[in-house]
Amino acid sequence: MNWPHKDLLDVSQLSREDVDVVMRTAASFREINSRPVKKVPTLKGKSVVLFFAEPSTRTKTSFDIAGKRLSADTFGLAKTGSSLQKGETLKDTVLTLQAMNPDAIVMRHSASGAADFVARRVSCAVINAGDGWHAHPTQALLDLFTLRGVWGDDIVGKTVVILGDVAHSRVARSNVRLLTMLGATVRLCAPRTLLPKDAKALGARVYHELEPALDGADAVMCLRLQLERQEAGLLPELREYARRFCLTKDRLALASPDVKVMHPGPINRGVEIASDLADAGNSLILDQVASGVAVRMALLYLHITRKEEGGAA
Amino acid sequence: MTSPDLVVANVAVPGRDGLWTLLCAAGCVLELLPHDPAAAFPDARVIDGRGQLLMPAMTDAHTHLREPGQEWKEDIASGLAAAAGGGFSNIMCMANTEPVNDNAAVTRLMLRRAAEAWPHGPRLFPVGALTLGLAGKQLAPMEELLAAGCVAFSNDGEPVADTDLFRHALEYAADLAPVIDHCEDPYMGKGTGANEGAMSARLGLRGQPDVAEALQVARDILLAEYLNAPVHLAHVSCRRAVELIADAKRRGAPVTAETCPHYLLMTDAALFGYDTMAKVNPPLRTDDDRLALAQALREGVIDILATDHAPHAAHEKETPFEEAKNGITGLDTALASLWELVRMGQLTPQDIALRFAWRPAEIFKLPHCRFAPGDPADFCLFDPEESWVVTTETLRSKGKNTPLLGQSLTGRVLLTVVGGHIVHELARPAAF
Repeated sequence: MNWPHKDLLDVSQLSREDVDVVMRTAASFREINSRPVKKVPTLKGKSVVLFFAEPSTRTKTSFDIAGKRLSADTFGLAKTGSSLQKGETLKDTVLTLQAMNPDAIVMRHSASGAADFVARRVSCAVINAGDGWHAHPTQALLDLFTLRGVWGDDIVGKTVVILGDVAHSRVARSNVRLLTMLGATVRLCAPRTLLPKDAKALGARVYHELEPALDGADAVMCLRLQLERQEAGLLPELREYARRFCLTKDRLALASPDVKVMHPGPINRGVEIASDLADAGNSLILDQVASGVAVRMALLYLHITRKEEGGAA
Repeated sequence: MTSPDLVVANVAVPGRDGLWTLLCAAGCVLELLPHDPAAAFPDARVIDGRGQLLMPAMTDAHTHLREPGQEWKEDIASGLAAAAGGGFSNIMCMANTEPVNDNAAVTRLMLRRAAEAWPHGPRLFPVGALTLGLAGKQLAPMEELLAAGCVAFSNDGEPVADTDLFRHALEYAADLAPVIDHCEDPYMGKGTGANEGAMSARLGLRGQPDVAEALQVARDILLAEYLNAPVHLAHVSCRRAVELIADAKRRGAPVTAETCPHYLLMTDAALFGYDTMAKVNPPLRTDDDRLALAQALREGVIDILATDHAPHAAHEKETPFEEAKNGITGLDTALASLWELVRMGQLTPQDIALRFAWRPAEIFKLPHCRFAPGDPADFCLFDPEESWVVTTETLRSKGKNTPLLGQSLTGRVLLTVVGGHIVHELARPAAF
């Protein structure tokens, strides 16, 4: 099929069929990553700008590797040392990028809606690698890819707990949208200070205590706790947070016997997840990283090779 | 009897049956006659008012005209042009200019600019700063500002956080002029531009809860009652504040309040797609709040309408939502947009005359026209049936920042008269 979307701004724009296409394409690319020579010529001559206006190592590297394994040329642009730090507006930055005629812009920005803002102003594909607290669609898709790797294609009826700082999390928002669309039940669990006031509006069940949230769960996604939340008065201290919400082996015993543990990284060991759990056999944390490369290869491929309606590529 | 120099014949008047004829002379109303005087008026400009509504010209108690200091957004000439086109005779402009209007020199500059650009009006009435530099540390010289031409005091946009200082400001101003307060808790979601609720949760925006507004409304009501000093609550946007004001008024507290057309017409649903044009402070709230405000306006719990006209340049809105400036430009579209509520039966034309023309002028002691003999000839002719499209060309304000941009409005101000002078007359096709 021809990919119907110019941009990937959030998972909410995708149909179930679109999601299946991403998953199937990612599965076909995964094999490349285990070859001795990890490179195919699929996107030779295409250029991808990695525009990260917010610090990122993991996501940026993941996209960089994904692009290079498909033979695209990737160009990194960070906020530090860039014209954005010299007071250039986002509009001028993206018009400048557009004038260099890339095939795709992968972008991260601290403002919710920034990817949408850019996508409306450029003709190339825009892939949202995280905008403010709003959306992180590639993370949600790689999390789904990881879960389908252990559960099979059907996730209807599975219960997924998203644990931690939901209020400030684009990962949580995108995962709730994607998982509920595919028929899973999502539980959000956090102290009230780390949940949006109307958390139910996100479409999940809301818990303020860990034990009932974990009851019978099939997977637990821990979120990273930004240390500045403590300074903002949202938490007394990290030790107290860990007492109430750190995922430990004892607490995880309340979940399904086959429960899987996930984390988008980077991990604060001993704060949101006990150190031994992060390394345990039911942890999918490193599988998520591997899935990330395959899913991002699929997304770059689909967006860059799509044909405009009635036109050439 | 003096012979009229301006006549509007055969015009409908809100709340009155039949067609009327307004006679004016030397800038004042002579008489509003319930019939067509057979006499000819050879010395008068005679305007045929058939199909139109005679409205008192409005008083806008809350605008930002940006001059001095931010003339790329608006200046006094362009702001008053928008006012004339919108049917306003009196414009009160806030003090958050650069420099701040906290001394007589700035007030006089504003008045001189208005006199140069629009010598016959709309009239400009500056609002002086309540504290020096709007910094909330030291009272501004209020008597000096009053003597120079200010008609009220406000720290608009920078509400005084220090409650003790605000108490003294109310006490000191009580013998001089009304205090207008922008109610917003200084810590709770300041400057976010989004209502805290389901929409902000989904969009991933930090929200400002309605409680942040209601907390300061409650503070101001308590102080006004305790000190017996009046306070006017600016741009009320939520039900919680409405309920506090209703209670206060039942007790006889000396408070008055305003709301703006956008809070009566829009909700935070307008934020979908991160539309920065709908970013305003206080933020657009929910449908429940919108309905509470319309009811409060009908019942007089909210005394007046004001635009909170807040013009910005295009590039200041062409940013991600969080970085965009707060504010909606409003003078050009206020009356036409409110007519939507008239058609829906939520407001009557009399409500608009009372809440947008007479009451604000009474509260701030400004000239106004009730069409009684001797009143200033301040009125506009409004065609409730004429449709027009809001474009960068039809807006006279430099600020094109309104969610109405590109939309069609039904109802248009055709003519505005201030003190007997025609300050706005829509150019008509010759055949009209």
